[in-house]
Amino acid sequence: MDFAGAFSSDNLLFLLKGFGMTLIVAAVAIVLSFILGTALGLIRYSRIKGLGTLTMLVVETIRNLPLLLIIFFVKFALPEVGIQLSTFWAAVVALTLFEGAMISEIVRSGLQSVNKGLVEAARSSGLTQAQTLRHVVLPIGMRRMVPPLVSQFISLLKDTSLAVVISLPELMHSANIVYGHDVSYVFPVLLLAAVLYFAVNYSLSLLSKRLESNEGARRRTPGAGKGKPAAPAATAKAQA
Amino acid sequence: MDFSFVGSYSGDFLEGFKNTIYASLLGLAGSFVLGLVLAVMRIAPWKALRAIGTAYVEFFRNIPLLLVVYIFYLGLPSLGADLDGFASGTLGLMIYTSAFIAEAVRAGIQSVPAGQMEAARSTGLSYVQAMRLVILPQAVRIVIPPITNQFLNLVKNSSILGVVAGFDLMYFADNVNSYTFQTMETYMVAAAFYLILTVPLAYATNVLERKLARTG
Amino acid sequence: MRKRRWLGAGASLLLLATVALTGCGAKNEPASTNTGGSATTAPADDGSAVQAIKDRGKLVVGVKFDTKLFGLKDPGSGEVEGFDIDVARAIAKKILGDETKLELKEVTSKTRIPMLDNGEIDLIVATMTINEERKTQVDFSDVYFHAGQSLLVKKGSAIKSIDDVTKDTKVIGQKGATSIKNIEEKVPGLRVQQYENYQEAFTALKAGKGEVLTTDNAILFGMSQQDPEYVVVGGTFTDEPYGIAAKKGNADLVAAVNETLKELKDSGDYAALYEKWMGEKPPEE
Repeated sequence: MDFAGAFSSDNLLFLLKGFGMTLIVAAVAIVLSFILGTALGLIRYSRIKGLGTLTMLVVETIRNLPLLLIIFFVKFALPEVGIQLSTFWAAVVALTLFEGAMISEIVRSGLQSVNKGLVEAARSSGLTQAQTLRHVVLPIGMRRMVPPLVSQFISLLKDTSLAVVISLPELMHSANIVYGHDVSYVFPVLLLAAVLYFAVNYSLSLLSKRLESNEGARRRTPGAGKGKPAAPAATAKAQA
Repeated sequence: MDFSFVGSYSGDFLEGFKNTIYASLLGLAGSFVLGLVLAVMRIAPWKALRAIGTAYVEFFRNIPLLLVVYIFYLGLPSLGADLDGFASGTLGLMIYTSAFIAEAVRAGIQSVPAGQMEAARSTGLSYVQAMRLVILPQAVRIVIPPITNQFLNLVKNSSILGVVAGFDLMYFADNVNSYTFQTMETYMVAAAFYLILTVPLAYATNVLERKLARTG
Repeated sequence: MRKRRWLGAGASLLLLATVALTGCGAKNEPASTNTGGSATTAPADDGSAVQAIKDRGKLVVGVKFDTKLFGLKDPGSGEVEGFDIDVARAIAKKILGDETKLELKEVTSKTRIPMLDNGEIDLIVATMTINEERKTQVDFSDVYFHAGQSLLVKKGSAIKSIDDVTKDTKVIGQKGATSIKNIEEKVPGLRVQQYENYQEAFTALKAGKGEVLTTDNAILFGMSQQDPEYVVVGGTFTDEPYGIAAKKGNADLVAAVNETLKELKDSGDYAALYEKWMGEKPPEE
């Protein structure tokens, strides 16, 4: 093990650049997968005939496959049907598809956890379907979705490391190049990578915990609507 | 689409599938046991144990699985231990997944009202007895769905073996692809194999979730 | 409860928007980095491939970033250097009159053909062996380097040549490389441990994951130079003629490459380049 050699300023800079790419890919994929996941979740919640079933099939298939397979598929198989993406966008699209499918499930179960009686009450008090969704279902459902969503975003950030297999110049790829020069750098470099991932992800999870306890506090106040308690499963499910 | 190549490579696919199942089963058993131990550590009445348990869980939940596997595969040899791709991958899966299982179990145990522990202790049961006889049986019901879900993730994550020459399904699919150049078809066959394992697990998770939610 | 249809419609719109966004992004990205993603999309032999490069003012070449002597990225300077890089420069100079009008993109043995098909790169100059299977997928230039497959082992290893490799020997290689098939045919029953790129493969060898790393001697010499604890043994047991690949149908581009190679050889620049990187004069043809 050679910490001094591994952490030369050139190497550190190179690794940090890699982490920069990790963060950029994660940020873009988080935004896109949130949009995609919300859309798919709403389609499944709304139970449109045909479209709902089709969405369910696609989402379940993607959710039940390894992300690694999806990355390879997007980068190497899609060109065979004319969809050609650069390495950066292949990584983003694969992450968006996979995490979007996971998020759609969070959104769907979040919306469905909103007490049915509450929805009916809102409707019978004269609110339209749209108003009920906007003023009742979404506010309550969204609050419940926050912790599992943040967990999913943490998963996404970790999952960007898999794009190393298509040579995306992210942190793990940079790590490979640095310790490729000297095998005694392996441990120090992996340790540094772990610290970088941990710092960002742990901060996110602390944020999630704060949101969760705020949400818990709000839920205990009367009138905020007692639905089915957010199942611990929903939170755990998020982690891939 | 032409799937005729699958026949001549069926040996590769099947061996990969077999190794994926092995890695998953080993990972499953190991992460379950380790996860239980960690969960109990995290709620133990001794501060040092709690700190170790928490540190472990938070560390491994917040770093990528690939990194954990690389540490075992490439990092350990410099400390004198040498594991092949399959062993490193499977061990990495165990260590990584156990953190999530510990978290699910801890949440389950803590959802049992604290008064029960106090009541059990006051009837003369030791901490371990109270945990085993009173708290855990109740917690198990709550934690089963999230744990099956973690198993589902584990099976999917076992594809990480492909990156460290672990001879799993992903590894062989990748190899077959580099010989046949029938990329779309090769990955579709691999996907079908994965779905054989994951769809029943996903279904079980859903059923258990609904069933336990109804009775609970 | 009855009609959630509008909701679905809205969601579908959102979905479309996402798809469109990702789609646009995909199209925009090459443009934003000036790699001209669409440069070689249509197969054509009417001189349009070279013209497209001229219009863009830049040649985009796929090279290795992890292969010493041919294409290696230095983490310090960020520069990629090697024999392949110098050849790519010469081609840029030939087509565009300026060897700096060149963009290098990282490829591996596995990604290079898909990236060429994508139009992400105009040419592959990446230690690529010409063989019949690949000829059906890409168009090759004349041979620009004669390599042969060999073995890299740790100094003092019991393995001295291909004859010492048995089916139980732990052999390391790179996914998608012809060298895997070659050695598996030479040693029946052998199973090579394959990695995504040479860097990972060499790291695996150094970390003791295998006894032998096999690929073309030229690449192995680079590794040996990087870490003298490892040596190339046993000479070559295959012929690996390297070619420069263009997308199928881009005959004008292949012609320009061949002309460049011929000029390099005639002027003696080729010999100089060869000596600069390999440390010896090129073998007589």
